[in-house]
Amino acid sequence: MELLTNVLAATVVAGTPLLLVALGELVCERSGVLNLGQEGMMLMGAVAGFVAALSSGSLIVGVAAAILAGIAMSLLFAFMAVTLAANQYAAGLALTIFGTGLSAFLGAGFVGQSIVGFTRVAIPLLSEIPVIGRVLFDQDPLVYLSLMVFAGVAIFLRSTRGGLLLRAVGEDPEAANANGLKVLVVRYLAVAFGGGMAGLSGAYLSLAYTPLWTENMTAGRGWIALALVVFATWRPERVLLGAYLFGAASILHLVLQGLGWKSPTELLAMLPYLVTILMLVLLSWNPARTRLNTPLSLGQPFRPGR
Amino acid sequence: MLLLERRPVDSQLMRWASPLLAMVLTVITGFILFLAMGKDPVEGLKFFFITPISDLIGLAELGLKMAPLLLCAAGLTVCYRAKLWNIGAEGHFLMGALGASIVAVQLGDASGFWVLPLVLLAGVLAGMLWAGIAAGLKTHLHCNEILTTIMLNYIALNLLLYTVHGPLKDPYGFGFPQSVMFGETALLPDLIPGTRLHLGLAFGLMAAVAVWVLFARSYIGFQLNVVGQDHRAAAFAGFGARRLTWFAFLVGGATAGLAGASEVTGPIGQLVPQVSPGYGYTAIIVVFLGRMHAIGIIAASALLALTFIGGEMLQIAMNMPKAVTGLFQGLLLFYLLTCDAFIRYRIRLKRLARQPIDSAAPAAPREA
Amino acid sequence: MTAALRLKLENIVKEYPGCRANDGIDLTVEAGEIHALLGENGAGKSTLMKVIYGVVQPDEGRMLWNGHPVIVDSPAQARSMGIGMVFQHFSLFETLTVAENIALGLSPAEARDRAELDRRITEVSERYGMALDPRRYVSSLSVGERQRVEIVRCLIQESTLLILDEPTSVLTPQEVADLFATLRQLAKEGCSILFISHKLEEVRALCHNATVLRQGRVSGDCRPADVSASDIARLMVGDDTPISTHVAAADPGNVLMQVRDLNWKSSDPFGTSLKHLKLDLRQGEIVGIAGVAGNGQDEFLKALSGEIKVARDSLLFGGLGIGALKPDQRRRLGMAIVPEERLGRGAVPAMTLAENALLTASGQGLVDRGLIRFGRVREFSRQVIRQFGVRCNGEDSIAASLSGGNLQKYIIGREALQNPRLLVASHPTWGVDVGSAVAIHEALVRLRDEGAAILLISEDLDELFQLCSRIGAICHGRLSPLAPTADLTIEQLGEWMAGGFDDGEVSYAVA
Repeated sequence: MELLTNVLAATVVAGTPLLLVALGELVCERSGVLNLGQEGMMLMGAVAGFVAALSSGSLIVGVAAAILAGIAMSLLFAFMAVTLAANQYAAGLALTIFGTGLSAFLGAGFVGQSIVGFTRVAIPLLSEIPVIGRVLFDQDPLVYLSLMVFAGVAIFLRSTRGGLLLRAVGEDPEAANANGLKVLVVRYLAVAFGGGMAGLSGAYLSLAYTPLWTENMTAGRGWIALALVVFATWRPERVLLGAYLFGAASILHLVLQGLGWKSPTELLAMLPYLVTILMLVLLSWNPARTRLNTPLSLGQPFRPGR
Repeated sequence: MLLLERRPVDSQLMRWASPLLAMVLTVITGFILFLAMGKDPVEGLKFFFITPISDLIGLAELGLKMAPLLLCAAGLTVCYRAKLWNIGAEGHFLMGALGASIVAVQLGDASGFWVLPLVLLAGVLAGMLWAGIAAGLKTHLHCNEILTTIMLNYIALNLLLYTVHGPLKDPYGFGFPQSVMFGETALLPDLIPGTRLHLGLAFGLMAAVAVWVLFARSYIGFQLNVVGQDHRAAAFAGFGARRLTWFAFLVGGATAGLAGASEVTGPIGQLVPQVSPGYGYTAIIVVFLGRMHAIGIIAASALLALTFIGGEMLQIAMNMPKAVTGLFQGLLLFYLLTCDAFIRYRIRLKRLARQPIDSAAPAAPREA
Repeated sequence: MTAALRLKLENIVKEYPGCRANDGIDLTVEAGEIHALLGENGAGKSTLMKVIYGVVQPDEGRMLWNGHPVIVDSPAQARSMGIGMVFQHFSLFETLTVAENIALGLSPAEARDRAELDRRITEVSERYGMALDPRRYVSSLSVGERQRVEIVRCLIQESTLLILDEPTSVLTPQEVADLFATLRQLAKEGCSILFISHKLEEVRALCHNATVLRQGRVSGDCRPADVSASDIARLMVGDDTPISTHVAAADPGNVLMQVRDLNWKSSDPFGTSLKHLKLDLRQGEIVGIAGVAGNGQDEFLKALSGEIKVARDSLLFGGLGIGALKPDQRRRLGMAIVPEERLGRGAVPAMTLAENALLTASGQGLVDRGLIRFGRVREFSRQVIRQFGVRCNGEDSIAASLSGGNLQKYIIGREALQNPRLLVASHPTWGVDVGSAVAIHEALVRLRDEGAAILLISEDLDELFQLCSRIGAICHGRLSPLAPTADLTIEQLGEWMAGGFDDGEVSYAVA
């Protein structure tokens, strides 16, 4: 029971960065924009957060800096993909490569430095509940934030006029434009939200998960998040589920080692990536099902007023 | 106000000017960057772009870095022309290195001229196998190739790490993760004696020529172009999307696999974890910068090879972080995409619409 | 100036790089008037609509609304003024309900009370004979019903000028009659209607006045009921273009292609499945299939072309079961296809005409051992351009730079020059100028007289009646019986287009 609780708690922690960045990309994709630049934005968030927190001595400042860095990067992408209507795949890749390079460059002087990151804050009473208490209510503040973001996104999409506008723009930007909706504004906002979430996710990595900075510390999580959004058929509840499943997959090798299983680290480290492929297969093998749920205009640039 | 207006026809001038403009913008940004870091910008640019290629050894190093980039880019061009977004060149490269190494180590000190071709072939096949996985996932299970190839890249890296820490580790290597040195017969001959430049560059140039012929003259190249530009027309014409997908991926895997095999049988001479400083990803930039054209990718691979050795030079001469290479590469791609937009659009000064004579026109009530 | 003048356009000019889409256009519409705006494709109708609706701004000229000069700078403003637009391609969201779609177009304040909105929708729609359930998802509505949603949306926004852009192109004859009844009622209540169309008989039946555009200018105003259809056609095309072809009778030979119980299940939830299709095609005849868009025409065409695989023996060509063959294999047997979309299926927009020849004509000796024979490709293209009067800058012109009519002539010519035994053409004169349409019809008849079998799928009933010796209809993926043209009435065909037939009837033999 003790082991189970610890494993579940670790799963939540490992899944949180994925949850944050995937929720952001979900909103972005719902507006019809596919942003492949998650890794770049996350790394920029991680380095900005780490450096800001280190310099200012305040973790909150770090988080704010990370979110702003993510938004700034995503706006570069939005300019290329939304305003200039460039190829979204190429623009996203450019963002990844640029963000990876820039973050490595900016963070070069900070490798090896350490910081006291976010620590667990137990919520009184709720954290006393067996198992669930430790898993959900005795975590660091950013985990709580991630759950709130999840709830916010779910409500927004389903029940607000803003969510309606977002879905309309994603399904058919031409029709939305003809209806007088401001497609470009909606898309910019959606992309910026995605960027902010990616930055926040990066901050989680460098300020809570492992409070330090190294190059490429995201280890592909941004890409996994992209797959996750597809797998979750663009629904927030499924993103939550998927993120924690991943979390489990990525700590599995630690658990197994703890249990005494002798298996090479590298082979077990492959697990999250293999699981991602499996996930993609499960979702994609039936194209009809995919089509039913995809925001129809995903990946297509929108050029108003031809 | 400033408006972005669609041109009636794509600007041919911008199509060729855009990469040049992007390079200029990158250099300018580099200049500002050095200033901001308190380093002498002119020195910095000189060390980055000029010094590395100022002698024969330097040029040979350029060729050395160019070879894998060019090989990978040639294969990726075939994929990208068909809008198959194969991001897996890195993984195919690693698998090529792995495959070649396994065979080379097995053959040990065997003699005969057949050793090297066999080793290289193993690399090519390994690359093709890895690419085939992504191709199959796409054609039969409809999986998005961007995500699958990236996942496969990470898996390939881990396989390489596992192998070099485990089965292939040199028992007399003092515990370092590396394989034994390959036998003489398994090494690539030098192109220019006295330098490290090896046959790999020749492979790259041949691959570029092959790509040129493919797209300029062959029917299959035409089909790939159509698939990329208009998949409905391709279906209408009966150009089998599946068949072409497999073709493109296998070519991509073969060239990148050969690149990986050349790297371990050339300059390195053994299998080590750091076999690739990211050639597969940089090759993507080469393809875009080179406009997916044979001549373009040759020039672009030279330029991007320069960013690698320029970065190393800056690290040595001016104590800058190694990441400066990645930064310049990223900037280049970013500026390129932005400048490319001006192929399609132009900036216009648009006067606002005339002022209304009576702007308070009421909505007429509906007559009963 | 009486207050009854709802809309007046004075000297509207709108220029695009390379052409003057609107060149000094005057237009007046009174309250309660149904006014037609006629013209060929490219005459400037859509641009004028965009000006009225605020999507684009005119370069010169002014617009008066109920006597006051106005500037309409956005669709939202046009709507608030009382201008409602029903687009040809609807601007509805399939995954939202009727009420949600209508709510999107209203201000947040108006849309907040959902129950009230539902009530208004029901009331308005019933009042004009267009009953709608506000809670249904648009994806479940038929095309005619979707058009009703568009109209009801305008009515709820209290439009006093309703603009309808080619509204009848997607309706069966019965639905057209219903729509006209609704429009007449609206007009009687004072709503003005601007009716954009190229269907002359409908305009004559419905509209009080008509303005005809040609090449960006007004070529004439008239009262449609007082003039003949050919008078109006003259206004549309000028005096020196032929407006119709005389088609000699057909002399069909042996059966060339048989469709035998062809079935296909669509994997797309919004697509149409094909059920038990049965058809015989003889050499030397043109057979027509009528139908409102979205009833399986596209799927049927793909089954014939090979883009969709069906059971091998459900499609027999010269006795051979070809259902599983790919498009290029069918071409080698002598089948030719002209799809509905010329840019983006029939031709690659960014490629030259010569390159586009390679799309289907590679079997004409244009490829040798995997390499392209460029000389032969260019010669082939030049021949097509010459023989079919394609106006362009030679075989190196980019496909997207040609007008619709010229590109279509090239595509038809590309197929015709391969001497096909069978040609299937889908909506070949859609969006094509009259001169090119006549040339295309002549090309089809020529092919027929040379012994080819031709299947013509089209929404244009005039075209079908003019060219075909037998006509049937497709509805919900099922084929009606086919009847000889001479024995068929529009009413009967209209019934078939709406689905009024039993499965399993054998097509009539040609007399």
